[in-house]
Amino acid sequence: MKNKSLVSINDFSKEEHIRILELAGAFEKRPKQRILEDYVVANLFFEPSTRTRLSFESAATRLGARVIGFSDSSSSSVQKGESLRDTILTVSNYCDIIVMRHPKEGSARFASEVATVPIINAGDGANQHPTQTLLDLYSIRKTQGKLDNLNVAFVGDLKYGRTVHSLVMALCNYNTTFHLVSPLELKLPSSVKIHIKNSQLAYHQYTDLLDVIPQVDILYMTRIQKERFSDPIDYEKVKNSYILRNSMLTEARSNLKILHPLPRVNEITTDVDDNPKAYYFTQALNGVYVRQALLAAILGVVE
Amino acid sequence: MEKEELRKELKVSAIENGSVIDHIPPHRVFQVIKILNLSEYDGQLLIGTNLESRKMGKKGIIKINNKFFKSDEINKIALVAPTATLIVIKNFKVTEKKKVEIPDKIEKIVKCFNPNCITNNEDIPTQFTVMEKSELKLRCHYCEKITAKNNIAFL
Repeated sequence: MKNKSLVSINDFSKEEHIRILELAGAFEKRPKQRILEDYVVANLFFEPSTRTRLSFESAATRLGARVIGFSDSSSSSVQKGESLRDTILTVSNYCDIIVMRHPKEGSARFASEVATVPIINAGDGANQHPTQTLLDLYSIRKTQGKLDNLNVAFVGDLKYGRTVHSLVMALCNYNTTFHLVSPLELKLPSSVKIHIKNSQLAYHQYTDLLDVIPQVDILYMTRIQKERFSDPIDYEKVKNSYILRNSMLTEARSNLKILHPLPRVNEITTDVDDNPKAYYFTQALNGVYVRQALLAAILGVVE
Repeated sequence: MEKEELRKELKVSAIENGSVIDHIPPHRVFQVIKILNLSEYDGQLLIGTNLESRKMGKKGIIKINNKFFKSDEINKIALVAPTATLIVIKNFKVTEKKKVEIPDKIEKIVKCFNPNCITNNEDIPTQFTVMEKSELKLRCHYCEKITAKNNIAFL
């Protein structure tokens, strides 16, 4: 993985995914290791993102690296009309690796082609967010002890949620049974379903969340946004159907864990937070270990 | 039958050696010229369009003296002119005739239909992988979205 950019989840093989998860496990045991003291990490956030940016900053800082960059394009030369190519070429001179988030889809792929240092994609528009997928895989593996043969439910906005698309694609490597719970308007797009079909795996589609809870090992919740509906009445009809409440979990399997990419608004009520099945805040912490693993592996200080 | 076709083709004079691109949809002739960069060509170039065609009703034709195309070069025009045939002429005789084929990769010719794709926002040449040739589905190398037949626009 040394010097390899991570733009799409499929840029890394299944074996490389597993290696990252193993390395992340080692960082979880010992998070503070100053193995990147001689390195500079550039965090280029062309659009604001609190969690992902802080998570990367925390990962780099815990490994002793220096972090440079910007958290919003209004404070950078982009404001003056500089092209992405010029920004990336220039910043390549100042650092050993670039972490970038950009509002345009495909920006990270393009950056990886012009940069002289590796790129980690921290989200390019609605396209890819591979580090989120790896931390999701890490969380699933950690809570279930394995990745193979699990029943995973995806709930909410399956049409636009990029974290859902990438995780579905990644889980196709592990003989997953997919349970897809969404309003009809927000079903998983066929461009993603085709990966499940090509892997000859089973998927079941539901419109009712209650039906699925007793059957699954992982419940991956996402937020349904009002602006995704062309007719506000359609939104009103479904908005309460995909809210998870603690009382709905009585029939759940003992090993069930609830994941959510965050931020949460109201799709998981706060009474779920104290249930041991709630895992979303730990999931966010796992993101730091996974990003430590990626920085260390891509910079070549671990193998 | 052959004589009849010959007579029609002769509305654009014959060439001694070179390539004839025949059966171009009439309104695509200038796009073909652009894709093959023929406006820069120094040799003889004969162009006809809206000529009668038994197969197509109307067609366009381009004859290029002393120019021979490699397959991947000529296949670039398959998206704008899927009906086109390439005829190789040596000594005024047809030595080879073949239909153009849609290539596996498409560069620069097509616009990505996703308005939020980086190629529509910065000066970056487009690149696509052809997913399906019959239904024509192109996957953008950058944003990974699929541009399908009904929303293809040419640059």
